[in-house]
Amino acid sequence: MADAETQREAVLDALDNVAERLAEEKEYLTDLDSAIGDADHGANMERGFGKAADKREEFVEMEPNEVVKNVGTTLISNVGGASGPLYGGSIMFASQELEDGITAESSVAFAEAYLDKVKDRGGAQVGAKTMVDALVPAVHTYKKSIEQDDLPPLEALAKAVDAAERGVAFTVPIKAMKGRASFLDWRSVGHQDPGATSTLFILEELLETAEEYLDGEVDRDARADDAVGRGE
Amino acid sequence: MIGLVVVSHSAKAAEGIAEVAAQMGGGNARIVPAGGDEDGIGTSPDRIREGIEEADDGDGVVVLVDLGSAVMNAELAIEMAMDSEAVIADAPVLEGTLNAAVETTSKKATLDSVVERAEDARDYRKLN
Repeated sequence: MADAETQREAVLDALDNVAERLAEEKEYLTDLDSAIGDADHGANMERGFGKAADKREEFVEMEPNEVVKNVGTTLISNVGGASGPLYGGSIMFASQELEDGITAESSVAFAEAYLDKVKDRGGAQVGAKTMVDALVPAVHTYKKSIEQDDLPPLEALAKAVDAAERGVAFTVPIKAMKGRASFLDWRSVGHQDPGATSTLFILEELLETAEEYLDGEVDRDARADDAVGRGE
Repeated sequence: MIGLVVVSHSAKAAEGIAEVAAQMGGGNARIVPAGGDEDGIGTSPDRIREGIEEADDGDGVVVLVDLGSAVMNAELAIEMAMDSEAVIADAPVLEGTLNAAVETTSKKATLDSVVERAEDARDYRKLN
């Protein structure tokens, strides 16, 4: 396990990368959300993670799990809508799994706790056209890759990102059963879910950051057809 | 006395509901509106948490909510307001708040009885 300082640096870099990515994708997420929601997902996510990234100075004094927890509370206060409690509340809750540091094992526990909280709070199951459709395949794949296949975390994370990407694609041809999109009923079919998409972007940036901190480079098959995530 | 927090996507709606309900309990009910968010329409876990803390005199708080993210943000606010005992009533926000306001002024009121009275409002019909 890397020392606490390196772990904190990695968390802060991940936060910067996620904030930057969501800022870049703001318009794209807004476009997705205007089709089936209220067109605020891009701005909400950019604002929330932007505010969290701005707290870097405060965060450098904290333990890695405390940083993660504070990212959660910052999102709760700044994201708004249902995404505040879903992303922020779940990160805050799951951060307790990292109390003894970030290891392959504790990262699985974190991922599972995050998924459980999102499902519990939002009440969505797989197939409802929500962030859960990206999250369930990602978390299950990550857990299986670490615990059963004994893969190094970096490889496991790469597989999780690929799984999330397929989950995002799955949200396109199905009908929304949760959230504002569900009011559109059959008209929601054919549109990609913004929450699943931002979840994928976050995971891609976690992988990007992990590549810098964990030795090795990942050859992701899906890199070639990034088209799925971007809907191009 | 058990406190009430009214959560709506509109700050005005929450204030209005609190105002109507305040008349019901002989003017004695503790009702705090916690509607809207920083950008206007929406709900804010921080505002709801502050509302819970304000409404709580030690006997606990029942939270009345409108739709969607109001429910999630109220749940989150309850988790954050660790020193207060608070529960959400699964009731229509206006009618539920009125019923709850009446119940809170009863000497025998408990968190359960206030929630139950609020939830009675689910069955109200407006036309015979």
